[in-house]
Amino acid sequence: MFKTPEFKENNHANELPFATRILCATAIGALGLGLIFALILSENISSSLPALVQQNLTQSGVQNPVTAVLLNFRSYDTLLEIGVLLTVAIAMLPNSNFNSDINPHMPGGSRLVSVVNSAPVNPPLEALLRWLIPMIIVMAGYMLWTGAALPGGAFQSGALLAGAGVLAQLSGRLQFCFTSTTAKLLLTIGLITFVMVAVGVATTTGVILQYPLELAAPLILLIETAATLSIAAILLLSYNTLATQTFESSSEPSVFDKQPSALSETSAPNETLQSQTAEGPKP
Amino acid sequence: MDSLFSLDILLPTLVGLPLIAAILTTLLKSPGLRASISIAMALIQLIIVATLLLWLSNSGTSLETQYQRYSLGGWGAPLGIDLAIDGFSALMLALTAALTLVLTVYSRYYFFEPHSRLDKTARFWPLWWLLIMGINALFLSGDIFNIYVTLEIIGLAAVSLVALDGSRAALTAALRYLLVGLLGSLCYLLAVALLYRAYGTLDLAQLSAIAEPTAITWAALALITTGLLLKTALVPLHFWLPLAHGSAPAPVSAILSALVVKTSFYLLARFWLDTLAPAATDYGLLMLGVLGAAAILWGSIQALRATRLKLMVAYSTVAQLGYLFLLFPLFSPDEDARGAGLSGPAVSAVGYFIVAHACAKAAMFLAAGNIMRTFGHDEIARLHGLAKYMPLSLFTFAIAGASLIGLPPSAGFLSKWLLLNVAIDTAQWWWAIIILMGGLMAAMYVFRVLNIAFISVDEKAQTEPKNLPTNKLPTIMSLCAFLLAMLTIVLGFNAELILDLVTIGDDV
Amino acid sequence: MTQESLYIIASIGLFGIGLYGVIVAPHILRKILAINIMSVGVFMLLVVSASNMNSTPDPVLHAMVLTGIVVAIAGTALALLLAVKIHTLSRDSDKDDH
Repeated sequence: MFKTPEFKENNHANELPFATRILCATAIGALGLGLIFALILSENISSSLPALVQQNLTQSGVQNPVTAVLLNFRSYDTLLEIGVLLTVAIAMLPNSNFNSDINPHMPGGSRLVSVVNSAPVNPPLEALLRWLIPMIIVMAGYMLWTGAALPGGAFQSGALLAGAGVLAQLSGRLQFCFTSTTAKLLLTIGLITFVMVAVGVATTTGVILQYPLELAAPLILLIETAATLSIAAILLLSYNTLATQTFESSSEPSVFDKQPSALSETSAPNETLQSQTAEGPKP
Repeated sequence: MDSLFSLDILLPTLVGLPLIAAILTTLLKSPGLRASISIAMALIQLIIVATLLLWLSNSGTSLETQYQRYSLGGWGAPLGIDLAIDGFSALMLALTAALTLVLTVYSRYYFFEPHSRLDKTARFWPLWWLLIMGINALFLSGDIFNIYVTLEIIGLAAVSLVALDGSRAALTAALRYLLVGLLGSLCYLLAVALLYRAYGTLDLAQLSAIAEPTAITWAALALITTGLLLKTALVPLHFWLPLAHGSAPAPVSAILSALVVKTSFYLLARFWLDTLAPAATDYGLLMLGVLGAAAILWGSIQALRATRLKLMVAYSTVAQLGYLFLLFPLFSPDEDARGAGLSGPAVSAVGYFIVAHACAKAAMFLAAGNIMRTFGHDEIARLHGLAKYMPLSLFTFAIAGASLIGLPPSAGFLSKWLLLNVAIDTAQWWWAIIILMGGLMAAMYVFRVLNIAFISVDEKAQTEPKNLPTNKLPTIMSLCAFLLAMLTIVLGFNAELILDLVTIGDDV
Repeated sequence: MTQESLYIIASIGLFGIGLYGVIVAPHILRKILAINIMSVGVFMLLVVSASNMNSTPDPVLHAMVLTGIVVAIAGTALALLLAVKIHTLSRDSDKDDH
């Protein structure tokens, strides 16, 4: 398994032989049955954690126990999780990173969002979006605010905002470029806020991430707002990168293809994918 | 533990510092500035770890201070997440800090292309620091779900670093690594679910107090083992490692072989010998030892057959990882000594081996990277006359190889000696045979390279091949590799440094 | 057979189907989807364990599921990116060969 990635449908050349597949299925089936029996027959110890959460809920600054766990009791996990998102965002960043020591003016658009002033590509979608996008933004704000008491919070509203961005890009009217400074700030603002709050509260209470009781609610809201912006930016960047990848074709050589890559560690430097052009998606 | 300024705060700082470095390197635009800040941060990290270790060894030896713990958010386990450190994890943190500094300096020169319009370091530095943050967070973590998140950070950052140069081979190796990593993490997460159902807590210390040998604990341990064995690349689940470590840029290969695979091994040791020790059957421990022996033999055979230098070094990693798994059968022969924490002669020996291997393997990968940068290729058969052009890199390779083989006075020799002692003390002399055979086979594949490098004339081709260097190498890159190799000799002479570190948490 | 047992069987079943898919499925997109199915199985087990007849469900497990979903998204996005890049490279090198 896992030799070279296979992209053709119904190409049975690289498939595992039938006997191996049956063996695999039987092995997994047997192990699965064993696991099911172990689970069903074991006693489920009622954990003390839900009671502990209920006890400390009033001190956490929010009323929703899940938000309290995510952003107060186990906020370190959420911090690391935003770090995971940032990792993927950096992997997704477009390749047109210029060396600003040589060329201080970065071409290819320094604006995060720009409006495309051409004929409408998708009139029904565009007309719908004139109503829909403001509504989505308001919804996202509501979900962010209501996360304190009801289901909601940073991740949900961030996903909504990213959805709005994806729709806008699909309509062809807005174009997102993630090489700008604004973009990098948006990507990192969630983590920056979280770290600043974590260290800031330590000067008062003496422990990292321990919020002072009266400031817990506003601090949680602050962290969630910044996280919403970051999450939306990261999800939109992921969509943007994946969508532009499929449209790119190297039959038009980009200006960076002439650079011989001395840094390539493999013995076939001809097959290097150099940078994309800095244009937006071609719908 | 109350004021901000007690040395307790150093534990979360070790996670926060690389995080801040990652954020800064994302936001900054100038490559020179990114590199300078990275080197500064690596230096600060080393100072912090040194302070932490000094504090730990002076902080008393009563049972209560066996661990140092830091409760994030002030809630304390099981409601909140605790950071914990003991002798073994302190050793791993020290290794991380030392390697980070040397590799950061090396990377600054490796990726330095002042006249190129393309800037690779825009992606390298943030991913590098996120990887370091993940590694520190994993060694410090005291909560099983937190460990899952740190495993994911490490996995995703490592995959992105492997895919950095964008060539098809690197991307394929990275994709394979990613799929295997995700598979492993999901097995681990399922085990976390099982453990929570059975014990109602996510804290490592609490689990080790209440763990019992029930069916569900055994199932959880089996799942954790499967997931972590995939990530540690133990034979037969090693298929992704050679190409992933062989196609990555040199500093990335170095940190992957030296540290990243050791993080999942550390977790295996923690779960089998400390937290879920009651569920660890003798048969299971033996199985791990047998797989380790198979890894030593199979990895060495494949290293002998490798045609590229970096692939050979990667297979050597597969082989050397097998030695680590001898910890499990050698840990303790009697039942009642288990569950007392990660300490003892076997842990000291394996801890020493981890440090020796990390330095030697990183030195080897850096030397291989230097060779590749200078000549444009790393095919072993075409490396004739290397000694003429790159004597320092070859010397580095030789010393690192000596540590891998286990020749005195290197740290590799000392760690193998300690392992042999434990094997004979516990009357399991058959492992001693495997250890010695592994050393012999390592000698074969190291000397093969040295042999070719010292001969200027290719006897088969009957002519002197045109093997001239195509690029000039900055001296500091060779010096970094050489420093790491020298470290193995220094550690070989100063065993007490490491051994004292591993026994910090003991109450004797 | 209690309701909980049914859900446990379903979640482990999903995990097993996903595991089989990752190992056996030839197409790379199927492998990525299979990993997603595996993660759904694990999340389902977590949510089932959180159900509590007496009071509100266990919030720690729900928080774990939320974190897990985000981590799964990140992993899937990276896998898709690598797959698409490899595909672009293979497509172009196939073109060069002709």
